[in-house]
Amino acid sequence: MTLRRLAWPVVVLVPVAFLGVFFLWPVANILVRGFTGERLWGLLRDAVFWRVLWFTVWQAAASTVLALVLALPGAHLLARFHFRGRSLLRALATVPFVMPTVVVAGAFTALFEQFGLNDGAFRMRHTVWALLAAHVFFNLAIVLRTVGSYWEGLDGRVEDQARLLGARPGQVFLRVTLPRLAPAVASAASVVFLFCFTSFGVILLLGGPTRATLETEIWRHAVWRGDMASASALAVVQLGAVMSLVLVSNFLQRRRGGREQTRLVSRPVPSRRLLGANLGLLLVALGLPMLVLVERSLATGYGYSLGNYRALTDRVTLLPVSAMTALGNSLLFAVVATALAVVVGGFASLVVVYGRRSLSHFFDFGMMLPLGVSAVTLGFGMLVALDAPPLDFRSWRWLVPVAHALIGIPFVLRTVVPTLRRIDPKVREAARLLGASSFQVGRLVDFPLAGRALAVGAAFAFAVSVGEFGATSFLPRHPDRLTAPLALFRLLGTPGDVLRGQAMALAVVLMVLTGLAVLVIEGRPRGRGVVRGDF
Amino acid sequence: MKRLISFFLLAGLTLVACGEEASQPVPEGIDGQTITLLTHGSFWVSEGTLQAFTDQTGVQVELLEGGDAGEMVASAILTAGNPVADVLYGVDNTFLQRALDADLFEPYASPALSNVPSALQLDGQHRVTPIDFGDVCINYWGDRFDETLPPPDSLDDLIDSRYAGQLVVQNPETSSPGLAFLLATIAEYGDGWEEYWASLRRNEVAVTTGWEEAYYGQFVSGGGDRPLVVSYASSPPAEFIYADPPVVSPPTGVLLDTCFRQIEFAGVLKGTPHQAAAQALIDFMLSDTFQEDIPLNMFVFPASQTAALPEAFVNFARLAEDPYQLSPADIEAHRNEWTERWTQIVLR
Repeated sequence: MTLRRLAWPVVVLVPVAFLGVFFLWPVANILVRGFTGERLWGLLRDAVFWRVLWFTVWQAAASTVLALVLALPGAHLLARFHFRGRSLLRALATVPFVMPTVVVAGAFTALFEQFGLNDGAFRMRHTVWALLAAHVFFNLAIVLRTVGSYWEGLDGRVEDQARLLGARPGQVFLRVTLPRLAPAVASAASVVFLFCFTSFGVILLLGGPTRATLETEIWRHAVWRGDMASASALAVVQLGAVMSLVLVSNFLQRRRGGREQTRLVSRPVPSRRLLGANLGLLLVALGLPMLVLVERSLATGYGYSLGNYRALTDRVTLLPVSAMTALGNSLLFAVVATALAVVVGGFASLVVVYGRRSLSHFFDFGMMLPLGVSAVTLGFGMLVALDAPPLDFRSWRWLVPVAHALIGIPFVLRTVVPTLRRIDPKVREAARLLGASSFQVGRLVDFPLAGRALAVGAAFAFAVSVGEFGATSFLPRHPDRLTAPLALFRLLGTPGDVLRGQAMALAVVLMVLTGLAVLVIEGRPRGRGVVRGDF
Repeated sequence: MKRLISFFLLAGLTLVACGEEASQPVPEGIDGQTITLLTHGSFWVSEGTLQAFTDQTGVQVELLEGGDAGEMVASAILTAGNPVADVLYGVDNTFLQRALDADLFEPYASPALSNVPSALQLDGQHRVTPIDFGDVCINYWGDRFDETLPPPDSLDDLIDSRYAGQLVVQNPETSSPGLAFLLATIAEYGDGWEEYWASLRRNEVAVTTGWEEAYYGQFVSGGGDRPLVVSYASSPPAEFIYADPPVVSPPTGVLLDTCFRQIEFAGVLKGTPHQAAAQALIDFMLSDTFQEDIPLNMFVFPASQTAALPEAFVNFARLAEDPYQLSPADIEAHRNEWTERWTQIVLR
């Protein structure tokens, strides 16, 4: 009993303290500092601002819809079928997440060139299509996996019944499966939307010089124009937009999320046609840009070789450490960030699902915000707010993983919460009747059931951290703690084929390591826990 | 002829560098202190260089990086008076006035300034000290030009229809070489710069957001099809040093009559508790040990005339004799209005 009494306050306070110190306080500080109401009113009367706002909203919405449509077949395949390389496929799909934008932009440009899409009637370069393609590339995995892991736990007999009653496959999907997937779809969609809403590098590099979103405008005003008043006014608008979006998506999720029994599902082997069509789709959306990158990393002055990879262990004079050391730093930071995200996000999920109503709403809402706030606002906010004891963290080495964890927490929350909500209360009641404390119920029932979702969230948190550039570059850091994406940008910042080749090789190694790490994170031993089968 | 002159200029610098360096007396009481140097993301010196400073003075130096130059200055302004570091390095002449207006620096006139040409010393009150400089110029890909179509010679040539569709520049609102090139055209044409850019647009100039995308995306070097790009005077030596396979001379050249000079400064941050040690670090940053280490790590030129240049720079780096320049105050007063007009003319 004492343990239980002790545990709940900890479960509540850890996320509150973490979010409060490292997110709410810095962001409030920076907003208050630069904010004057006048600038906001000025913005609202400015036609350019409304164009920017409209573009920000619609490109994010279009990217989200595209990602949903393209990912659902794959999610179905992962959820309902058993085939060789299933977990490998899932890990590979997460890889785009770590790819630094400048490299992806390069890969897409090379791809457009290959297919003659740089100019002419089907021009892609510097169009909104390039931007949408890149957003789908980066975010497909969120839908594929969030929805996929939820789908796995749904009782497949309901579909069987519908089919027996004569429903066609399309009908079954639209009228039986999709409504039950709604909580997971809403979860994934809100995360993708927020990611695209605050997307930075993709807009700058692939959208071309004429496209602007709230995020790029905040950065331009704060950094290039030194106009903190305008930047803050824009940040306030961004925060307002994000808050209303999160409220809407939370409402949808709660309304749709019904309880459902979790069942052992037998998974058949997919037909070749189904597997082929699915893999083909994923290959085009995710594989092609990655293949272009691998090709370029192998190209050296003497034809194809592993020369670029061998060079990664030697330090170039431009870099404080070798590319390999930078990779090591990235991995270390990612491990710390993932641990933080899993603990804080895991606790927060418990509060959202089992906490009192108001507390639950507050957590559900607050923990999503870091995803929708600009890296400039957060980075500068940390500098301004965390500058005096006891919160003197500005040049603290672990501030970088803390910032990464903030972005990782929403992923943990958004994969774990729908799964926890789905757990049949009867299982928990039964456990309690048998004398388990609610702490034990958590440990013995909820945790094993939510384990798969927690692993998916952890994998995302890891991938986000390894590839993160924006917030990292704003935070002061020690040069020997150079991360791989920063090293990559520096290699690409000086002319010379050797440096470019190394940058490409580094990007590929980054891809492979993330893929492996995701496999490890999710590769839990089979058959443990209360319910077997879907883990 | 001009190339020949700049060659002798550089050769002159090298000869001067053979002279002995006068060692500075070490201020008392700084032994054992640790100070922090805040830099932009492109900063690095060779291993052991900062150790030399510690050996001389007993002061340890910690490095702290904060984004690109613009981000670093913006964040330094936000923390003015309660800085994260003792010395800031990397504010350039296009952002200098903003930093000075925010009262970031404690004045300090280093004795080592005597080795620095006065043309680089832009702040009469010595709130900042010039550490290095470089030119932003049009670079060209050598193979694409010959007797029938020689490389362009000046800004005027770029609007000649023979060079239509060949130039790629960066957006001055998102890229520092892009801003430098816009400033070069303003220094050259005065009020006529708007007309000039309208002509460049008619001549199909391409615009990218950042340097990487211009150089590696659209310039020939990265597989693009445009042979003219806004880059640095030090890009050819980098192309030479990092060539794959090795080459005898760089594939690119620089149009020396199109250059805008960028000067990077360091300053002692107001609010530092280690003023004497910070000043000693400024002195050290102008010493030959530090200055001679700059070119191959950051691909810019040392500010001190006593510093020797590495071979690749002597052979392949050219500096403009008479680069375009504008005063930091002028730039700060008009930058937003210029870039706004530029956006209207070139992108809309």
